[in-house]
Amino acid sequence: MITLTWVYVLAGAAFFAFALFNLNDKSNARRFGNAAFWGLMAVSMWAGDWLGAFGNGLLVLALVAIAGFGGLGKAKDDAIPEATKQERAARFGNGLFGIALIIPATALAGTLLFKEFPALFDVKQVTLISLAMGVLLALAVGYVWLRATPALPLSQGRRLMDSVGWAAILPQMLASLGAVFALAGVGDVVGGVIQQAIPEGSLAGAVIAFGLGMALFTMIMGNAFAAFPVMIAAIGMPLLIKQYDGDPAIICAIGMLAGFCGTLMTPMAANFNLVPAALLELKDENAVVKTQVATAIPLLLVNIALIYFLAF
Amino acid sequence: MWVLLGIVVIVVGFWLRFNPLLVIMASAAVTGIAAGLDLHAIISAFGKAFNDARYVSIVWIVLPVIGMLEAFGLQERARGLISGLKGATIGRLLASYLLLRQATAALGLTSIAGHPQTVRPLVAPMAEAAAEKQSGSLTEEEREEVNAYSAATDNVGLFFGEDIFLAIGSILLMKGLLEQYGILLEPFELSIWAIPTAIAAFIIHGFRLWLLDRRLSAKAAAPASGGDAA
Repeated sequence: MITLTWVYVLAGAAFFAFALFNLNDKSNARRFGNAAFWGLMAVSMWAGDWLGAFGNGLLVLALVAIAGFGGLGKAKDDAIPEATKQERAARFGNGLFGIALIIPATALAGTLLFKEFPALFDVKQVTLISLAMGVLLALAVGYVWLRATPALPLSQGRRLMDSVGWAAILPQMLASLGAVFALAGVGDVVGGVIQQAIPEGSLAGAVIAFGLGMALFTMIMGNAFAAFPVMIAAIGMPLLIKQYDGDPAIICAIGMLAGFCGTLMTPMAANFNLVPAALLELKDENAVVKTQVATAIPLLLVNIALIYFLAF
Repeated sequence: MWVLLGIVVIVVGFWLRFNPLLVIMASAAVTGIAAGLDLHAIISAFGKAFNDARYVSIVWIVLPVIGMLEAFGLQERARGLISGLKGATIGRLLASYLLLRQATAALGLTSIAGHPQTVRPLVAPMAEAAAEKQSGSLTEEEREEVNAYSAATDNVGLFFGEDIFLAIGSILLMKGLLEQYGILLEPFELSIWAIPTAIAAFIIHGFRLWLLDRRLSAKAAAPASGGDAA
């Protein structure tokens, strides 16, 4: 049966290749740092389940030590010259879109189809499995039709990976920080603080505290899922649902979306906000967050108003 | 109360622009120690969660494909396609992408698009080409702004589409949590209430895209009408 383990093997192979290409590239003064960083990511993908909790923790400490103290560098730009790309773009035309669309198309088809074959595929992970298959299919078409040299996807992939750099593991790091927060009971303490801040006997005050609290706590945690149980326990359940008799479905559904407005406004939601800035090679790493604020604030107000008018 | 120190570390660390990885580790250490955990327990908790969250980093396997296609001129082709299309403006382009992203996410197809898969190779170069065409030329700041809008549009579309789908993580989380309080709801009763916000998100973000569109178009018209304005 094809499970997520297979996808981890593939991802480990990709990280291992990024490490090797860095190791061989003398144009990068810090090539050993880059090679060690992506090499450790390969180890994590391949052997994470055998390392144990403490072993994985040491692996994370090594990753942070390399990246946090300036151990990552960049190779001299081995980008393809503009003229070559223009010429190739003219030669291959819109077929290039076809290959680019293989990945989403396979992910779409796989998500719908693979669920019908629970004996062959782990049905809980069909999307990631089909994403990986889409990648392999697109690479195969690229080799056959574009006649890409065997090393080209990996060397160019390495270039993109190094331009993302340490931001690539930020999402995983923040998820792990969330686990430590949960273990330490941070959520309960924050809930208690917020409860004290609500004016007594005011429905509007409680709704506003709930909506703003969802957004603010999501901004701190980088994730609305972490904020949601805390805010429901602190305000949603005791005040909005029990005391004021609000509709639980509306309070929960729109409260979560108020949290998503917070996700738009925080660098802590790294995979949505910092990673794309790195991927698009923007000078200001917070450019995406700053662009989103003017959408997020009006939308947060709409969400608070929707809860107030629809749920009561 | 002392466990909140970890949040202080995060806020101050990000604000002072220390390397975020170091800030996160420092915050984890401070939080854990404040909660009375020993170092071994903190490192183990962090390591276990890091391993459990590996699926987040799987998406990087698309980079070799994107790198290969970019070497064969994908971004140039995306630009060429847009500059050849009459009436392709950044506002129309990104608003269409917003609608498409919301609609597919509402069907549960959240992973078919994203920053590595679609924004970097397709949406961003297309948006840049459209902006270049309608404004005449882009300054470095405007190019940066246009790219940030491409990424932001993907996020808005995903966040305010996905909750309409019944089986998405956040809907299941709500259902599970409410069950603990003795309230039984079907996923459909929750997901239906994501629709009003989805519409509002399209209107608000679409309005901002329209403003951006108008501003860039006005720039092209500015030299010609400069005399009238004075």
